[in-house]
Amino acid sequence: MPTVAELAVQSLGAETPDAAHGSQVIAARALNLTFQTNDGPVHALKDVNLAINKGDFVSFIGPSGCGKTTFLRCIAGLETPTGGEITVNGMTPDEARQARAYGYVFQAAGLYPWRTIGGNIKLPLEIMGFSKAEQADRVARVLELVDLAGFEKKFPWQLSGGMQQRASIARALAFDADILLMDEPFGALDEIVRDHLNEQLLQLWARTEKTIGFVTHSIPEAVYLSTKIVVMSPRPGRITDVIDSPLPKERPLDIRDTPEFIAIAHRVRDGLRAGHVDD
Amino acid sequence: MKSVLPILTVVAAILAFWVLAVIPMNMHLTADQAQRDGLVVTPETPVERQAYTGLGLTLQNTGLISRTYTLERPRLPSPHQVGAEMWDTIFEKRITSRRSLIYHGWVTLSATLVGFAIGTGLGILLAVGIVYNRAMDMSVMPWAIASQTIPILALAPMIIVMLGSIGIQGLFPKAVISAYLSFFPVVVGMVKGLRSPDAMQMDLLRTYNASGSQGFWKLRLPASVPYLFASLKIGISASLVGAIVAELPTGARAGFGARMLVGDQYGQPLVTWAALFAAAITAAALVGFFSLIERLTLRRMGMRAA
Repeated sequence: MPTVAELAVQSLGAETPDAAHGSQVIAARALNLTFQTNDGPVHALKDVNLAINKGDFVSFIGPSGCGKTTFLRCIAGLETPTGGEITVNGMTPDEARQARAYGYVFQAAGLYPWRTIGGNIKLPLEIMGFSKAEQADRVARVLELVDLAGFEKKFPWQLSGGMQQRASIARALAFDADILLMDEPFGALDEIVRDHLNEQLLQLWARTEKTIGFVTHSIPEAVYLSTKIVVMSPRPGRITDVIDSPLPKERPLDIRDTPEFIAIAHRVRDGLRAGHVDD
Repeated sequence: MKSVLPILTVVAAILAFWVLAVIPMNMHLTADQAQRDGLVVTPETPVERQAYTGLGLTLQNTGLISRTYTLERPRLPSPHQVGAEMWDTIFEKRITSRRSLIYHGWVTLSATLVGFAIGTGLGILLAVGIVYNRAMDMSVMPWAIASQTIPILALAPMIIVMLGSIGIQGLFPKAVISAYLSFFPVVVGMVKGLRSPDAMQMDLLRTYNASGSQGFWKLRLPASVPYLFASLKIGISASLVGAIVAELPTGARAGFGARMLVGDQYGQPLVTWAALFAAAITAAALVGFFSLIERLTLRRMGMRAA
């Protein structure tokens, strides 16, 4: 059931091409964000319109400065837009943040070195006031989900970079938010580890049916993971193309050699190039 | 244990320099004494000998070298004399005796520990204030820095006299001076520690909609622990210095500072030197103790000591 606010947004004419497939979870309309800096105003986001439906896997791709991370932070209520409107689960991003509507995964794992892996995953649960028994239960469950069962009592420095990032994903999953926002989560990892984690992320997405917003600047990663690819370009940060992926939900790694995959990657590359023409 | 050899090498070098320095430093006194004992000394009169440096006089009187190590009131005591004095005043005297270094050590140590506790507590409170309150952030630090530029030797008598005039005497005034010296490193270290979480970690807590106090107890405070220990190690030695300085200008009857002063005023350098070394050993022990606690704590917290 869409909420009143969601209906309101739809009636305003926000992009609703996929409205028939599910309710809108995130809707941005004419979103603008200008940072005031010492060198004058910087237009980080200009006229961004986007609708994300429940269960979508949406990638934001573009060169640095295109506003992809800024847009993700707007969804999370970590930045406040200077114009336009955005709703998350029908609420303002700030209300959604207070309702703990999403889990956020940063580029660095950012695990507390003084907490074990289990302790780190408990952090949001402690803050949100889950009971001790519930905490233990959930830690065990999400560790299983990211394939880290048995590492609960290890400290972060005892884990590899890829395992640390998986632990941070587990931390974002622990409190069962429907939305998972990921800001270049695998950017600092090497290609082989990244492939492996991409595969695992898809399995995790299939099992949990979460709505995922994923920032990256790797074309293969974006095409491999997403049901919807949002191509962005800088100065001012804006959306240049939105691609709905025709790839099936089941995606073995070798799908990257199929003509369909290559065609989408091509279109993404064209979109990125188009954004570069005018600078 | 790899560090033992280099440390011993340095200690041996210092001892060797010290042992050699004893000869020229004490030669004038030794020559005077030898002359009174009826030995032949060149040159013959004390006035003529004043024209010589310690080294020059030694070259004229090589036979007197062994006597420079056994003077009762040497200008520079030899290591074994200091060692013997320390052995005597630490192990041979009852600890209630006025000549026991343990007794004097405890007097100074108790003031040090009370002052350190006050200084650390105050330092942590100020640091929390600086981090969470903009007005304190702008105002406290300059004063804290200014406070450390005032020579403690000038300030100590005033504090003691003023506290004495309102009836506060004994341990507390000394502890105040200890606290005065030890709060500063704690403020500096804790401000840095409480501010050490980066923007990403603060953002992470915002995504959980965590309250300010949750941010303090779960992120800022644990993140500051390694910084706190670095500060505590500086603070405890500053505290000891503070307590000793507080004993010097005020005619204190007990404590390391009082011992040093007594040795100076009554021409007993061995007493001064023994007190000096006892104070140094106490400081080393205190710092070592905090290093140990640091290592145990950080290991327990899963962080390796820095």
